[in-house]
Amino acid sequence: MTIPNDIRITPELVADHGLKPDEYQKILDLIGREPTYTELGIFSAMWNEHCSYKSSKKWLKTLPTKGPRVIQGPGENAGVVDIGDDQAIVFKMESHNHPSFIEPYQGAGTGMGGILRDVFTMGARPVAAMNALRFGAPDHEKTRHLVSGVVAGIGGYGNAFGVPTVGGEVEFDERYNGNILVNAFAAGLADTDKIFYSKAEGVGLPVVYLGAKTGRDGVGGATMASAEFGDDIEEKRPTVQVGDPFTEKRLLEACLELMATGAVIAIQDMGAAGLTCSAVEMGAKGDLGIELDLDKVPVREEQMTPYEMMLSESQERMLMVLHPEKEAEARAVFEKWELDFATVGVTTDDLRFRVKWQGDEVANLPIKELGDEAPEYDRPWTAPKVPAPLAAGDVPQMDVADALLALMGGHQTASRRWVYEQYDTLIQGNSLQRPGGDAGVIRVEGHATKGLAFSSDVTPRYCEADPYEGGKQAVAECWRNLTATGAEPLAATDNLNFGNPERPEIMGQLVHAIKGIGEACLALEFPIVSGNVSLYNETNGQGILPTPTIGGVGLLPDWNQMARIGFAAANEVILLIGAPPSRGTHLGQSIYLRDLFGRKDGPAPHVDLAHEKRTGDFVRKLIRSGVATACHDLSDGGLAVGLAEMAVASGIGATVTDLTDQDPVLQYFGEDQGRYLMTVNLDPQGDDLAALWREAEALGIFAPWIGTTGGIDLVLGAARPLPVAELKTAHEGWFPNYMADEAA
Amino acid sequence: MKSAVIVFPGLNRDRDMIAALTKVSGTAPAIVWHQDADVPDVDLIVIPGGFSYGDYLRCGAIAARSPIMDKVRERAARGVKVLGVCNGFQILIEAGLLPGALMRNKSLKFVCREVKLEVVNADTAFTRGYTKGEVFRCPVAHHDGNYFADSATLERLEGDGRVAFRYAEGTNPNGSLHDIAGIFNEQKNVLGLMPHPENLIEAAHGGDDGRALFTGLLGQAA
Repeated sequence: MTIPNDIRITPELVADHGLKPDEYQKILDLIGREPTYTELGIFSAMWNEHCSYKSSKKWLKTLPTKGPRVIQGPGENAGVVDIGDDQAIVFKMESHNHPSFIEPYQGAGTGMGGILRDVFTMGARPVAAMNALRFGAPDHEKTRHLVSGVVAGIGGYGNAFGVPTVGGEVEFDERYNGNILVNAFAAGLADTDKIFYSKAEGVGLPVVYLGAKTGRDGVGGATMASAEFGDDIEEKRPTVQVGDPFTEKRLLEACLELMATGAVIAIQDMGAAGLTCSAVEMGAKGDLGIELDLDKVPVREEQMTPYEMMLSESQERMLMVLHPEKEAEARAVFEKWELDFATVGVTTDDLRFRVKWQGDEVANLPIKELGDEAPEYDRPWTAPKVPAPLAAGDVPQMDVADALLALMGGHQTASRRWVYEQYDTLIQGNSLQRPGGDAGVIRVEGHATKGLAFSSDVTPRYCEADPYEGGKQAVAECWRNLTATGAEPLAATDNLNFGNPERPEIMGQLVHAIKGIGEACLALEFPIVSGNVSLYNETNGQGILPTPTIGGVGLLPDWNQMARIGFAAANEVILLIGAPPSRGTHLGQSIYLRDLFGRKDGPAPHVDLAHEKRTGDFVRKLIRSGVATACHDLSDGGLAVGLAEMAVASGIGATVTDLTDQDPVLQYFGEDQGRYLMTVNLDPQGDDLAALWREAEALGIFAPWIGTTGGIDLVLGAARPLPVAELKTAHEGWFPNYMADEAA
Repeated sequence: MKSAVIVFPGLNRDRDMIAALTKVSGTAPAIVWHQDADVPDVDLIVIPGGFSYGDYLRCGAIAARSPIMDKVRERAARGVKVLGVCNGFQILIEAGLLPGALMRNKSLKFVCREVKLEVVNADTAFTRGYTKGEVFRCPVAHHDGNYFADSATLERLEGDGRVAFRYAEGTNPNGSLHDIAGIFNEQKNVLGLMPHPENLIEAAHGGDDGRALFTGLLGQAA
C-alpha cells in the first residue's frame, strides 16, 4: 500500500498546523509553489514558537551571554562553562509544561529525558539534575493527581538513568490550575577539549541515526506546545511522548564510548520536532545540505508516512555525522549496547533539505531558510502596571509565633521531603548537599577539593506584580543561594514561562522580565549560557503567573569550606548580613500577606544590584575564610522563616532580640532582598568579630549580631518561645498530610 | 583479595560500587560485561544496583536469566563470595541464589533516604567488620525492596543466622517482613541487601558507616 503525500493544502489544514495566513504566504514566496503535505509539517515544526523563538528572539538577544569562563553560550544543545583543570560544566534547563499537564508521568519523565540528552549530546556525563515544578492551588481537584504523577515521572526516569537530583522548587498557585510548569535542569561534566557540537562539516558524509526506533508518539508535539489549551485538551494525549530511561541510559553509554573513538563530527539529539529539527540544525549550522532516505529509518510501527516520520517525537534518538572510515567501529559500539544504528542520509553541498521515501522526493526545501528565515516578530507590548505601595501603617497584625508556625506548616515553605525522597539524591556518590538547603552541591569526581553548586529560583508572585523587579529577583536569588554555600556563581540558564505573547500585556511581562534578568546578570557577572522559552501557557484565556526560572551553577574551590543551612552548634553568634538597620521593611507581595491575610497587593521588593553584589561577595569571603559555621539566604517569609529553617535543619534553637523601634511583623516577615543569616564561632566581644564589623562597615554593609544559637526553642524577641520540635512537625507535616488526604 | 563487578545494561550504581571497592582495597575490581564468556578468577563477585533491563518484566528477572549468571552460580557453589546490592539483590533472588521475593515498597513509591541497620549476624566474611547488635547508618534508594518470604522460610532464615541486616529504630522504608534488609544463602557466601553501603564510605558522603562491610570483606587499603 502506498500512502499519499499529495493531500490538498487548505486554509484549515494550514491553521491546524499552527501557521498564520501570512506565515503560509511566506512559505509560498520562499519555495515558489505549494508545499507538499510533508513539507507543510516540516515548516510547522520549524516555525512554531517552541523551535523558532519567533516572539522572544528580539529580546533574548539583549541578555549577557559572555564571560571569561563561558566556552559556549546559547544556540547549542546546552551551555558550556570552564571550571578549571581542563574541565567544563555543561548545563541547560528546559520546560515540558504542556505534555506534563496532559499526561503527568510520561510528560515529566520525557522532560527529564530530553534535558539529559541535551547534556550528553555535547559529550558530558550528567552529574546533577534539578526540577522546578509549579502546580495549581492545593485545593484544586487536579492538583494532587498532577503532583503525584509528575514527581513519579521525574523519579521514574531520572532514577533509572542514574543522575542525582540535587535541588529544585515546588510551588502552588491557582494561576497554574490549568497549566502546570515542569522545568527540568541537567548538568554534566566534560573535558574542555572533548566537547561535541551540532555543526555538520564535510560534504558526502554519512548522516547516521542512533538509538531507539521511530514510532508515532509525539507527532506534532512542538506545535501543540506552542498553542493555548482549551477544553479539548484530552484529545491531545497522543501528542505526548513515551519515555524509556533504559534506552536512554544505554544511549548515554554508547554515545560517550562512540565519542571516545573519534568517529563523531557532529551530533544532535532528536528532541522537539525530532528528525526534522535535528537534521535541519546540523545542516544549516554547517552551511550544508542534508538528504535523508526515510526507507532507512528504523521504525517500530508499520506504514508510517513520511509526515509522521519527520514529525515523530519518539524519545532516545540521536542524529550524527560520522567519519566514514570509522563507521564500522561506531556500529560495533551501538551493537554492543543493542541500539539501532542506521545510515539514513548524506551531507550535500547545495543547501537543500531533501527527503526521499519509497522512491519519491517528498520534501525539497532550502535548509538555511527553514531555520534562519523563520518568522520573527516584534510583537506589541504594554508596560506592566506596578501596584501602588502599601499605605503607611498598613501592617496587618498577627502574633509572631502563630504566624511563623502557620507559614512553616503552610504550602509555600513546608518541607519538600515528600517530593525529593522519590528522587535518587545520592547516586554517583558525590552529593555533598542534597535537597533541602539553599543549593545542591556535588564534588567534582577525581578532584580532591572542588565542588559544584546548583540552584533553581524564581518568585512568580513578584514577577506578576513587577516583571522587571521580579526578573532581577529571580537572578539575584539564584546567585544568593549559590553564594550562601560559599560557591562563586559562574553562569545561569533561563527557562522563561509566560502566557500568550500575542496579548500585549503578556508580551510586556516578557520584555520587562528579560530586561530585569539581563541587568541582574550583568551586575552580578552571571551570564546566561543556555535556555528555553515556553509561551502560550494559558488555559481558556487565563495566563499563568509570569515565571522566568533561573538555574545557576557555582564553583567551590574547596568543599571543606562550604556552608550549610543548619545551625552547627549552640552559643554561636547569629549575624544578619545585608539587611537595612530596621532588619525588614517590605511587606508587599510577601507570603505573610498572601497566605495569612489573603492579600496579593503591594509592589514587589526592590533588588539593589550593587548592594547585592557587595553583600554576596562579603558573605562568600567569610565562608571561605572558615569563620562561618552556617549560612542561609532570606527569601519567602523573611527573617522568621529563615531562622526557623536553620533551627529545623539542625534541631538547635536560637534566641533573637527584637528591635524596639520597628514593628515585629516587618522585622520578622518583611521580604527585603539581599539578606543572609550567618552563624560564626567568634567571641562576641573579641577582636575577630570587631574586625569583621569594621570590614562590613567599610563596604557599607550592615551585619548586626541579632541573637545566639542554643536551646530547644526558637525565641523571637517578645514572642512566645516555639519548640524547634513543634516547628519541625509543622514543617514536615504539610506535604505528606496533603498528599495522603485523597478525598479532600 | 581480588574482586569482579558484573555489569548488565541498565545498571547505574556500578560506578559507585567500583569506586568503593577501589577506595577501600586500593585495587580496582575486574569489570565483567554481561556478554563476557566467563568471570575471572576472583574471591568476590559483586552485582551492583540500578535498573538492569529497565526493570522490565520484574526487577532482576531478565538479568537473572543471562548466561553470565550460570557462571556466577557455579562460582557461588564453589564457595566464591557473591554480593548483590539493591538490583543486585533482586537479581540474586531471581537467579535462585537467595530465597524469597522483593516486592514493590509498601508506599508504592520510590524511596531514597537514610535508614538505620542492625547487624544481626556479625560472624560472616561479609559482616565481620561490624559487631553483633551494632546499629549503623545506611542510605536506601529503591522502588522494590519489600522483602517477602513464606513463614517457613522466614523461620529458617532467622534460625540459621541468615538474616544479615535488619532495619532498626523504626526506619523500615519498604514494609519488609521481619524488617529484613539483607540475607545470606545457606553457606553464607552469598549476601544480598537493599541498602547502599557503597554510598557511605568517606567524609564526602557525610560518614563512613558502610565502609566496614568492604574492609571486612577486602581488608584495609594500604
